[in-house]
Amino acid sequence: MSQPLRKKSKLRAGWAPYFFIAPFALTFLVFMVYPLWYSMLLATQQTAGPAVSRPVGLDNFTYLFTNADFWLAMKNTAIFAAGSLMLQLPASLGLALLLNRPDVKARAFWRMIFFAPSLVGMAFVAILAALIFETNNGLMNQFVGALGLGIDPDIRWLEIYILPAIILTSFWMYVGFNMVYFLAALQAIDKSLVEAAMVDGAGAWDRFLHVTIPSIRPIGSFIVLLSLIGSFQLFELPYLLLGNGAGPDQKGLTVVMLLYQRGFEVGDLGLASAIGWILAMLLVGFALAQRFLGKSMTGD
Amino acid sequence: MATASSQHPGVRLFKNVAIYGPLTVFAIVTLVPFAYLIASAFKTKDAFFSSPFLPMQRDAEGNAAPWYALHQIDWSGLTLNNFASLFGSSGHFAQGIVNSIFFASASAIVATIGSAMGGYALAKFKWKGRGFATNVVLASLVVPGALLLAPGYQVLYQLGLLDSYAGLILPMAAPAFGVFLFRQSIVQAVPNELLEAGRMDGCGEIRLFTIVVLPLVKPMVGAFVLITFLGSWNNFIGPQIVLQSPEKQPLAVQVSQLSGVYETAYGPIMAGTVLAVAPILILFLMLQRDFIAGLTSGAVKG
Repeated sequence: MSQPLRKKSKLRAGWAPYFFIAPFALTFLVFMVYPLWYSMLLATQQTAGPAVSRPVGLDNFTYLFTNADFWLAMKNTAIFAAGSLMLQLPASLGLALLLNRPDVKARAFWRMIFFAPSLVGMAFVAILAALIFETNNGLMNQFVGALGLGIDPDIRWLEIYILPAIILTSFWMYVGFNMVYFLAALQAIDKSLVEAAMVDGAGAWDRFLHVTIPSIRPIGSFIVLLSLIGSFQLFELPYLLLGNGAGPDQKGLTVVMLLYQRGFEVGDLGLASAIGWILAMLLVGFALAQRFLGKSMTGD
Repeated sequence: MATASSQHPGVRLFKNVAIYGPLTVFAIVTLVPFAYLIASAFKTKDAFFSSPFLPMQRDAEGNAAPWYALHQIDWSGLTLNNFASLFGSSGHFAQGIVNSIFFASASAIVATIGSAMGGYALAKFKWKGRGFATNVVLASLVVPGALLLAPGYQVLYQLGLLDSYAGLILPMAAPAFGVFLFRQSIVQAVPNELLEAGRMDGCGEIRLFTIVVLPLVKPMVGAFVLITFLGSWNNFIGPQIVLQSPEKQPLAVQVSQLSGVYETAYGPIMAGTVLAVAPILILFLMLQRDFIAGLTSGAVKG
């Protein structure tokens, strides 16, 4: 490439990058920057619907930090996030390791089955879950009865064991989704690394520990981050399963449900924005932690 | 490495059980809710709770035969009425199907074009603010959607976009994660020399984008159309907040409201869920290779 040629093309392309970035830039300014700025204002106000508002400084935040509902929502959400991770991570990695074996047949077929639940929207899963976890005739209790462990098959999932029911539902939805990421990472492992380890006389367990685990660590931390970000925004499943009341004793109240309740039912968009900002700070914290703990996943 | 055929038959059997045993158990756990959903949609109200799957004959005391007793299936417990009542009632279910198809297609096309354009600008041009824009794209990936719920509603109100599909499609016209995915794939798949050559031949910038760049990232275009189509089809909270007219609601909202209409008549609710879920499953399972390749392309170093 000669110097004058590049100069010429750069000149002709002068307006082009701005034209191509315009859809992103415009929608970003109108639907991201402005709402974020506006929600910062809102977070320091008390509102009753869009018309009435008065400045309250940081009162929304001090109110939340001393509010029992807020901490209940935080606790429920954290339990859900931790429970989901602890169940899903080992299961999805285990399935990916099985499917990654060179002697496994019909890999695409298995992958397709495990992946299918993640294609079903939360709104539809909620309908199915409501019936499956039904106390008297639900599939889950019929299954518990058939196991014959001496447990009475009349477990009131959606009244007492709400979080376990939601954790199990999300397990069904996302194990295959996470597995697909693990499998992609496993298949991208450099074969020569594995062969070199075998030449060095490393056994299967050593190869797993010193080749496989380090190779999939970045994708592992990426999945943990995705899963945490998703879990902390849990809303549609408990909202549709339990309604606005979040179940008996608000056992299914999550952070975003509280936000929706206060913002759209009570009409205090100020308090809702304050909850939103606390959540955003938490997620940014997770993302920063992932950057320090795991390797960057951006590909450059 | 020893091949499977050279192994002792006992070892091979053990290996097969160790591999296919867990896979089969997991596959059954995964598929049972689908089987339950489909069977429920075709059962009469009387047969609904008689058995988890196919309706079963009852004995003199009214106890149904176990679900696996395939010779005692009560065929009269199957019906198409659940589907008929969805379309026969005063609701807008047929309109909901049209709405979902329109909403998902329109937002998929708009978001794919907007994302591809943005990705191209970040990948193949040197311009003031490119570094800044790239960081902005990455940073906005962590902004939780819930934070934008309340103020976003206000913005749509101010723009007069409430209760319109534009109010749902425009905010997602060029999503950051799409711009990011397209940037990655354009950097990899589009050689600079080709763009230079095109410009030498007098090809305009927009034509260059449509006839050179887009065809080179066709797999990404396909995958992203699928991803955004699925996301919009399954979107519940967006339409729930933005759309107020019942006849404008897509399936995700309509189906979730069926339980209010039919209360304990689960048949029609399940029939509605089947109609909302089946097309998407069929479409995506047919195209799953491209879809999964697109999903993982941003995360796994290519």
